[in-house]
Amino acid sequence: MDSGDKHLEITLETQVESVNLAEEMCLRVAEAAGFGEDDCYRIGMSVREGVINAFHYGNQERPEKKIHLALDITPEKLIIHVLDEGTGFALADVPDPLAEENLLSTSGRGIFLMRAFMDEFDVVKGRNGGAEIVMSKKLPGPVGNSENGKGGT
Amino acid sequence: MSLRATHRDAGPVTVVDLSGRITLGDGSALLRKTIRGLLADERTKILLNLADVDYIDSSGIGELVSGFTAVKNRGGDLKLLQLTKKVRDLLQITKLYTVFDVYSDENSALGSFR
Repeated sequence: MDSGDKHLEITLETQVESVNLAEEMCLRVAEAAGFGEDDCYRIGMSVREGVINAFHYGNQERPEKKIHLALDITPEKLIIHVLDEGTGFALADVPDPLAEENLLSTSGRGIFLMRAFMDEFDVVKGRNGGAEIVMSKKLPGPVGNSENGKGGT
Repeated sequence: MSLRATHRDAGPVTVVDLSGRITLGDGSALLRKTIRGLLADERTKILLNLADVDYIDSSGIGELVSGFTAVKNRGGDLKLLQLTKKVRDLLQITKLYTVFDVYSDENSALGSFR
């Protein structure tokens, strides 16, 4: 990590309130980093979905387990890590929520939304064996550039 | 902002006016309770007015789908009215915009129920 990078991390309880707390915290960081309203919405939603995933699927809503949220701001991007204390999962095993047979499923859209809203998204094995979601969004450039760095001219 | 829900009858249709966020926890739970309560009262033609709902997460989407399926299983219909841009975009990228009947005008929506 460069000396100019900023790092923030927080350990959250496995409870519903942690979802709102994580979203609010990340929204403040994103706003301070200069992201516009639309990107802040996408970042906040992605953090919500990451923490919901850790709360529900990773930690199985077990209160003795923790959710570890970390943010890194480099000169290029905001990187978000959400680590749970579950057994991990493979992205390839996640059903496609857009498949006809899954359209009326009442769950399973969180990963899809994070992928849609962030520039980079991956799930890796965490240091404790749980799933670690790693996602990033490119920092906004000078006025006139594409807001989110996707397909700008 | 937590979710608030009130409902009013328009002939055979019940219009549910929602405001706030439909998210994991209280918001999703209130939507579920509202729809299940209407079904228990034999109100199976439901129009959800989302004009003041500016945020839905995956849990809220799941609850909308769950409500839709529950109403359909009772032989009724659940339709959506006045989506905000964020909610419309969310339903479009999740392909649910093609599943729900969506209206921008209440009279047209009410007239669509048979």
